[in-house]
Amino acid sequence: MKVWLFHLAVLVVVGVLALTLPPYHANNLARVLVLAVFATGYNLAFGYTGMLSLGHALFFAAGMYAAALPATLWGVGALPALILGLLAGGLAALGVGLLALRTAGVSFMIVTLMFAQAGYLTVIYFNQTTGGDQGLVLQGGARRLIGLDMAQDGPRLWVAFALYAAGLAGALAIVRSRFGRVMLAMRENEERSRMLGYDPFRVKLAVLAVSGLYAGVAGAAYAVLFGYAGASFAGVQYSILPMLYSLMGGAGTVLGPLVGAAAMFWLIDIASGLTTAWLMLVGIVLVGLVLFAPKGLLGWIRERWMPWLP
Amino acid sequence: MAAVILQAQGLSRAFGGLRAVDGVDFALQAGEIHALIGPNGAGKTTFVSLLSGRIAPDAGKVMLSGEDITRLPAHQRVRRGIAYTFQITSVYPRLPVFDNVALAAQSRGVRDLPAAVDAALDRVGMAGMGGRMAGELSYGHQRLLELAMGLALKPRVLILDEPTQGLAAGEIEGFIALVRGLVPETTVLMIEHNMEVVMSLAHRITVLNFGQVLASGTPDEVRANPQVQAAYLGTDHAAA
Amino acid sequence: MGFGPFLLLALMEGLVSAAVLALTAVGLSLVFGVMRVVNVAHGAFFMMGAVVAWFVAGHVPGPPVLGWIAALLAAPLVVGALAALVDVLVLKRLDYEPEAVIVATIGVLYMLEQTALLTFGPDARPVAAPFELRLQLPWFGYSGYKLFVVLAAAAVLAGVWALMQRSRFGLIMRATQVDRTTARAFGINVDRVYAGTFALGAGLAAVAAVLVVPISQVHYLMGGDPLLLAFITVIVGGLGSLRGTLMAALLIGLSDGVISMFWSPTLSKIIATLLVALVLVFRPQGLFGARA
Repeated sequence: MKVWLFHLAVLVVVGVLALTLPPYHANNLARVLVLAVFATGYNLAFGYTGMLSLGHALFFAAGMYAAALPATLWGVGALPALILGLLAGGLAALGVGLLALRTAGVSFMIVTLMFAQAGYLTVIYFNQTTGGDQGLVLQGGARRLIGLDMAQDGPRLWVAFALYAAGLAGALAIVRSRFGRVMLAMRENEERSRMLGYDPFRVKLAVLAVSGLYAGVAGAAYAVLFGYAGASFAGVQYSILPMLYSLMGGAGTVLGPLVGAAAMFWLIDIASGLTTAWLMLVGIVLVGLVLFAPKGLLGWIRERWMPWLP
Repeated sequence: MAAVILQAQGLSRAFGGLRAVDGVDFALQAGEIHALIGPNGAGKTTFVSLLSGRIAPDAGKVMLSGEDITRLPAHQRVRRGIAYTFQITSVYPRLPVFDNVALAAQSRGVRDLPAAVDAALDRVGMAGMGGRMAGELSYGHQRLLELAMGLALKPRVLILDEPTQGLAAGEIEGFIALVRGLVPETTVLMIEHNMEVVMSLAHRITVLNFGQVLASGTPDEVRANPQVQAAYLGTDHAAA
Repeated sequence: MGFGPFLLLALMEGLVSAAVLALTAVGLSLVFGVMRVVNVAHGAFFMMGAVVAWFVAGHVPGPPVLGWIAALLAAPLVVGALAALVDVLVLKRLDYEPEAVIVATIGVLYMLEQTALLTFGPDARPVAAPFELRLQLPWFGYSGYKLFVVLAAAAVLAGVWALMQRSRFGLIMRATQVDRTTARAFGINVDRVYAGTFALGAGLAAVAAVLVVPISQVHYLMGGDPLLLAFITVIVGGLGSLRGTLMAALLIGLSDGVISMFWSPTLSKIIATLLVALVLVFRPQGLFGARA
């Protein structure tokens, strides 16, 4: 109970920020929230189940294009586009998982990376349809979600908030459930878990598929809310960002991805005002985190003061 | 003649050139406590790994209550009722004791998880320790935790791999009483080096040497067997 | 030009690719074989080799061949030293744990690329070839330098083979590869061996870059494709198997040349990436290797 109240309180704080922040930061918050949905799903696989995937950009992009293509080609509305994105992400993750989960560790990382790269290259190859690097612009009806116009700052922020709140609730429920315990068991000691009757392949596939749902809906939301879909979102960077956010905020904590996304976004924002080489900051933070702070912000806080934080 | 619950026929497994298990026939009777003894490197752990499905055999069959489970992966054998506790303690050190046992209990689908966990912990004498981190327990307690996890699975066959290793004398006494209380509902197969424990508990003993069965029978029969004495117990009479 | 000559041209181009690829991939394979880690920044070391080459060649007066030779000497040394630094400061501290090393080297990759961006700039810049020679074949003219690249790569690879099989350092490397703990017990300074191996791997990539720079250009993002192809080569060839790497380099280089010429480079890359994934899933020991 305490746990749910705490997370509700966090949401309230975010809500207050949404109301009070000036427009520039409020827009950033909307982006952060959507990316946090992506990272929260990723973290279920990465932080909780111990699956180091470098292929989540594929699921994000699958969601993005599953929303953007029907919207621009056939005039599909925003809500159906979101649902299509959700499903596309989940299916892509299921497909990749069926093959990739036959490997583990470093091989798994490479296999997922390769599938994501193939996806990115395919988007480029079919650039007549996908717009390649230029991308697709969504307009008008495609950005009208249940009557709200996503081109407007206010409604967009609230939709992003609602999406994150739903994602947070879902992740919390999963993590606190019996299945959540099994996820941890897989991460901690796979052999032992096998000898307790759990099928590692099935457990990991299920988690990967769920993380794909999150990635897909986030990708679709990104397209609908910000009106743009492009090949760059299928690139390696978008496989690394959710991992970075999770590591920074605390892999293995539910709120970690949000904290990490906000922190990195804010840091990158400052950095790109100073130099074009802001990716340098990403590199430094990544190395620093792995070397000195693998538990991330919330992970450290949990260890010191809040052992009950999921 | 009691029913045979777990059986091996011609089971073999080699690692490179080493025949770890070499054509072993074995029959575990329902409700008995069966000890598997033999010198180090005799193939005991490999043999039970073949039974539990942790490794695959090169040849031979494994049958559970008459059903051929040779092709069945380990996690499904657990679901059918075979539980295995590891020789080197394998709990979840970064999870609380409660979660360790809960993982076992929820695997068989209990409704009331806290009750099942409490019952298992109680049985091994660790009542009330649910909140402790498994990694912070003493070695002996971790061994008992492993046992509790095995019990929480409510298995038909419980395979214990050197369960008393590292336990203090008092803990061993408790262990003996505990295992006695498990049968005949559960069948126990245990690898043991502690001859006192073996002689106290075992209804039957099988002796393995160089991957092959050297002798099999009641404790008296095995003790009197000259080959066993020569290979393992010591020719000048042994542990009794 | 008929199909036959076209194919020959594609194969010759492919051979050049294969030569450069072999050098790059062998560097990656050595690191994996001896240290059991995957260096995602390997392509960035390749790129740094090219940047150093451009810098050195630009500052050495006289005919291009002097600048090029200076670059050939300087680039592997500079990049090797840089790699050794990364090994000591980062990889060693992570205790060479494979997944942590991958994440950390991704960070190093970004750092190196962005450093190049800040110092070298975003443009692509050419480097003059050491000599201009045009070979006139019956159907088309071909650059003599490109063929030289193939010969040079073969020479360097022969040198690496000799190092691994015949020298004391090679013996120590192979011993450490087989069993790190036992090697340590025999008094081998494993940390130094690792730093040296990492430096050697990066140095080979730098040499490959110096060779290829007169053919293509220097660009701060040029490490991406070589990294991907080197990965593919090492995995298809069997991680840790030098012979497998060489054979795979030939296979990949030639098919990349052919597919790129007859269809499209993008398609070639798509096929290559999927090939890696499928090999890892279904045949982890690679097409030629013994074990993964």
